Amino acid sequence: MCSGRVDLEFVLRAFSNGMDGVFIGGCRLNECNYDTQGNYDALNMVLLSKKIMEHIGLNPERLRIEFISSGEGNLFAEVMSDFGKKVKELGPLGKGEGIDQVELTSKLQEIRKLVPYIKLAKRDKLAMRLGKQEEYDTLFTRDEIDSLFNEVVSYYIDPGKCQACTICAQRCPVDAIISAKKQIHVVDQEKCIKCGNCFEACPSKFGAVTKISGEPVPPPLPEGERAIG
Amino acid sequence: MREEYRYGEFANVVTSMDYERLMCATGPYEGEILRVSDKKHPHKIAWVSCVGSRQVIPGGNSYCSGVCCTYSQKQVILTKDHNPEAHCTIFHNDIRSHGKDFERYYERTANLPGVEFIRSYVTIVREIPETKNVVIRYSTPDGVKEEEFDMVVLSVGLNPPADNVDMADKFGIELNSHGFSKTVVSNPLETTRPGIFVSGSFRGPTDIPDSVFSASGAGSQCGELLDYRRGNLTKERIYPVEKDVSQEEPRIGVFVCHCGANISRVVDIPSTVEYSLSLPNVVYATNQLFSCATNSAQEITDIAKEKGLNRVVLAACSPRTLEPLFRDTLREAGLNQYYLEMSNIREHCSWVHSKEKDEATIKAKELIRMSVARANHLEPLQEFDLPVNKTALVVGGGIAGMTSALSIANQGHEVHLVEKDTDLGGMARKIHYTLEGLDVQEYLGDIIRKVYQHPSIHVYTNASITEASGYVGNFVTKVKSEIGLLEVKHGATIIATGAEVYKPTEYLYGEDDRVMTHLELEEQIANREEKLINSESLVMIQCVGCRNEDRNYCSRICCSESVKNALKLKEINPQMDIYILFRDMRTYGYNENYYREAASKDVKFIRYEPQDKPQVEAVVEEGRPVLRVTVTDIILDKKLELDADYLALAAAIIPAEDRKGVAGLFKVSLGVDGFFKEAHVKLRPVEFGADGVYLCGIAHYPKLIAETVSQAYGAAGRALTLLSHETVVASGSVCEVNEKKCIGCGACISACSYGALEFHDTRHGKKVGINPVLCKGDGLCNAKCPTGAIALKHFTDEGLMSQIDAAVQGL
Repeated sequence: MCSGRVDLEFVLRAFSNGMDGVFIGGCRLNECNYDTQGNYDALNMVLLSKKIMEHIGLNPERLRIEFISSGEGNLFAEVMSDFGKKVKELGPLGKGEGIDQVELTSKLQEIRKLVPYIKLAKRDKLAMRLGKQEEYDTLFTRDEIDSLFNEVVSYYIDPGKCQACTICAQRCPVDAIISAKKQIHVVDQEKCIKCGNCFEACPSKFGAVTKISGEPVPPPLPEGERAIG
Repeated sequence: MREEYRYGEFANVVTSMDYERLMCATGPYEGEILRVSDKKHPHKIAWVSCVGSRQVIPGGNSYCSGVCCTYSQKQVILTKDHNPEAHCTIFHNDIRSHGKDFERYYERTANLPGVEFIRSYVTIVREIPETKNVVIRYSTPDGVKEEEFDMVVLSVGLNPPADNVDMADKFGIELNSHGFSKTVVSNPLETTRPGIFVSGSFRGPTDIPDSVFSASGAGSQCGELLDYRRGNLTKERIYPVEKDVSQEEPRIGVFVCHCGANISRVVDIPSTVEYSLSLPNVVYATNQLFSCATNSAQEITDIAKEKGLNRVVLAACSPRTLEPLFRDTLREAGLNQYYLEMSNIREHCSWVHSKEKDEATIKAKELIRMSVARANHLEPLQEFDLPVNKTALVVGGGIAGMTSALSIANQGHEVHLVEKDTDLGGMARKIHYTLEGLDVQEYLGDIIRKVYQHPSIHVYTNASITEASGYVGNFVTKVKSEIGLLEVKHGATIIATGAEVYKPTEYLYGEDDRVMTHLELEEQIANREEKLINSESLVMIQCVGCRNEDRNYCSRICCSESVKNALKLKEINPQMDIYILFRDMRTYGYNENYYREAASKDVKFIRYEPQDKPQVEAVVEEGRPVLRVTVTDIILDKKLELDADYLALAAAIIPAEDRKGVAGLFKVSLGVDGFFKEAHVKLRPVEFGADGVYLCGIAHYPKLIAETVSQAYGAAGRALTLLSHETVVASGSVCEVNEKKCIGCGACISACSYGALEFHDTRHGKKVGINPVLCKGDGLCNAKCPTGAIALKHFTDEGLMSQIDAAVQGL
C-alpha cells in the first residue's frame, strides 16, 4: 500500500469523526521504491482536500503531508512534534475556526457524499505530476472549488420522456435508479453519486435523463403514478 | 584477561558482554542496569576501550577488534535511555567509526548530555571499600587525574573460537598467527584447503553486516561447486489444509508481545490484554514475552486451533520484519495467512514514547482497537506463483560486479554485465597492491580474463542503461552499447556501480603538482617515479573531504591506504621522512598490525583536531622549494612546521555521480550520504527494498578489496536464492474489479504504472479488467476510482475506514 492509496474519503472521514489533525507520510518525491510515484497522487489529493477544507471554513493546516525516507527518523520525529504543536495551537476542530459544531458536521457529511463527484470532476488534475513547489498552491484554486460545489450537477429523469427501458438502471453503478418494466424510472438522489452514466446510457431517441446544474431537482413522481400506458 | 583490569576482583568492574546481559530483558535483573555489589543503579559509568585489543603484550591481541567502539556507543545510548541522568565516560584511543552510518552514530552519542569521550590510556587503580566504587587514573592535557566511577565496563575485543586448533585440525585448514582461519589472499572466504570456505568472525574480527554477507558469499561459492546437485535434497513444506472460515462470525485472538522489555518497560501489558478482551469479536487475548520465539509462535498456532480463532491480531513490532513469520504461524493453524493483522506497539509506541508510560499505554490500546476493527474485515486471499527468468543483469564491471557475475555464471546462469567505461576494472584499476601483498593488477587481469572467457557472461562496455522495467523474476532492461540497443530480460539485478574519489579543493590540490590524492600517490609509487621515491619528506593528511558537514561519514579505507603507501615508500626509501596527520587512525582489524609496523619504521603519526586543520603553503626554504605544512602537535601543545617535498591527501570516497539515475531506473533508494541503501543493515545487507535487486561493492559504502569480494559473493548468493527457483510467490494483496460498479471513466488506468488495468467492451459499455500478475498492490487505482469499483484486497476501503473510525472511539 502506497501513500497514494489514501483516499479523499479517508481524510474527510477522519475530520468528520472529530479528528483535529490528519497527517499523511509518504516516501520522498522521486524516490519511489516501485514504478508508481504514488506520493504525487497523495500530494494532489492533499492539495485538493486543503481547498475543500478552506471551502468549509476549516484551517487547511490541520492536514499535512510530508515526504520522508525511512532513514530520516530524526526528521520524522521533528515533523510530528511540530505538527502536534500546530494542531494544539489550532484548538479543537471547528471551535478553533469558530464554526458551529452542527453546521460543521452537516457540511462535512454533505461533502463526503460528493466524493465520487469530486473525484470524477477533478480526475485529470488529481493525476498530475507537479514539478515545483510553486505549482502546489495553484493546482486547485478556491474559486474553482467554490464553483465546483455551487454548481453541483444532478441527474433527473423526465417522466414525460422516460420509456421505462431499464437501460439507465442497468448501467447505474450504485443502483440509484428505481426502475421496473412499464414503470417510469426515478433517480434516488440520496444514493446517486452523479457519475452521469445514466445520462450517457439513455437512448438519444428518448433523451429522458437531464443534467441539472446549480438548481433544485424537481420532486420525483409519487410511487402510485409511475405506471406507463 | 590481564590482572591489571581487576575483573573478577572488583565487583563493579564488568565486561561489555556482562553489561549486555545487564541491559537485557532476560538478563539477571530483567533489564534493569544494577550494580552487582549493592543492586543499585550506577549513575557514573566508565567504558574502557581496547581491552585485549591493539596490545602487543601477553594476554592481548595485536589486532583491532573493530566492533568495540560502536558497541560501546550503543551501550551508552541504551544506558541513557534507561537512565537519562547517567553520566557516561568512554576512554578510548581513536574512535573507530568506520562502518556505514557509524560516524553519525558516534556524533549522536557524543552529543548526548552527560556523555564524554576521553582520549587516554587508563589504569584501574583501586576499589573504595565502603562504596565499592572504582577509581580510574587517566591522563588529561593538564596532567594525570584520578576519578571515581560507580561501574566500569571493559570493552573487550574478539578472540578466535576456543576450539580453533582442534577445528583447524579436523578440517585440515591452516590458522593465521592470531589463531583465526587463514584465507587465500585473493579470496577472503576461502580457506587454505580448496572446497572449504569460511564466513563470519572465524576469519578475524567481523561486524554483523559483514558476517551476514560473508555467509551468503560462502554459500554462493559452495553453490559453484555443488550446482550440479542442486535441489536433490530439498523437501517441500506441507501445511495443514486451510479451513474455510469466511462464513463464520469473526473470532479474534489478540497476542500482546512484551518484546523482552522493549514494549513492557513502557506499556502496561496486563491492562492492554484486559482491554483487548473488551473489544468486539475478541474471544481471546494474552501476552507473550517474545511472540517471535519459536515456542510463542507454536503457542499462537495451538491457541488458534484450540479456541477456534479465525482472525489473529499481533500487538508487537513493525510488520516489516516479522509479518512473514506470523503469517506462517497462521498457516500452521490451518488459517489463511491474510487473517493476520499486526499492531505496531513497539516502533509506533513504546520506543517513541518511553518517557510517557501512561499515554503510551493508552496509545497501545488505541492501536490495538484499530487493528481489531480492521481484522473484522480481513478476507482470505490466495497468492500466486510467477515464473522466474533465470538470467541476471549486473550493473558495473568493477571487482564487485565481475565477482558477482562470475559466481552466478558458475552456477549455470546467463549473466549480462554492463560497464559504462571502455574497460572493465572500475576503481581497482587505480590500485596496485594491498596491505596483505596482493598484486591487484595481476588479480584484476585474471578476473577480467575469466569474465571474458566465460561462455555465460555477456559483457557490454561503453554501455548505458536507457530504460528498466518489470519486477522480481521478470525484469526488462534496455542496454545501449557499442553493439547497439539491446533489450535484456532477466530475473535478478545486481547494482555494483562503484563510487568515486573526492577531488579536493583544499590544501593546494590542483594548484601545486606536488599535492596529490592517496590514489595518485599510489600510482606514482607503482611507477617508481624517481622524484617521488628519492624525495626527503612526504606528508599525508587524512580525512580530506569527509567526516565534515558536507559528508558526515568516514571513508573507511583511507587510514589503511595511507599506511600502505607509507610502508611501501619506506621499503623503497627507508630514509624518507613520512608524516601522517590524522584525526583517528582507523586501521581496524588486522590492519592495526601494519599501523604498528609503520610506526616502528619511523613513520610519524601526528593527530590534529578538525577545528584546527593543518595549513599548507608553498615556500622556498634555503633554496629548496617545499610545501610547508603547519600543524598543532596536541601532545606537545605547539605548532610544528613540516617541510615536505610531496603532500598526499586521503581524499574521501564519494558516491558516484550517476547514482540518482541508477537509483531511479531500478527503483532503489539512496541513503543520506548518497550511497545505495540496503533493505536492512543487518538482516538484508546486500538486498534492496525492491525485490530481486541486490547490491555490492563500494556503491554500498567504501570498503577494502577483500571486503568488496566477500560482499560481491554475498550478493551473488542472494541472487541465486531467487534464480535457482522456478517461480516466485506474488502477494495476494492485489486489486480486483467489481464490473457492475465500473463506469469506464479510466481514472484507474492512468494511475497504474504497471499496465495491469485495461478496458474491454461489455454489453453495458467499456469496463476495466485487471491482470493481477502485473498488479503490485500500491492501491492508487482504488483511491482514484469514483464509484468504489476497484478495490485493493487486504487494504480495502471498509477495512481502512473501520480503522479510522476505531481511532476515535473513546477508551
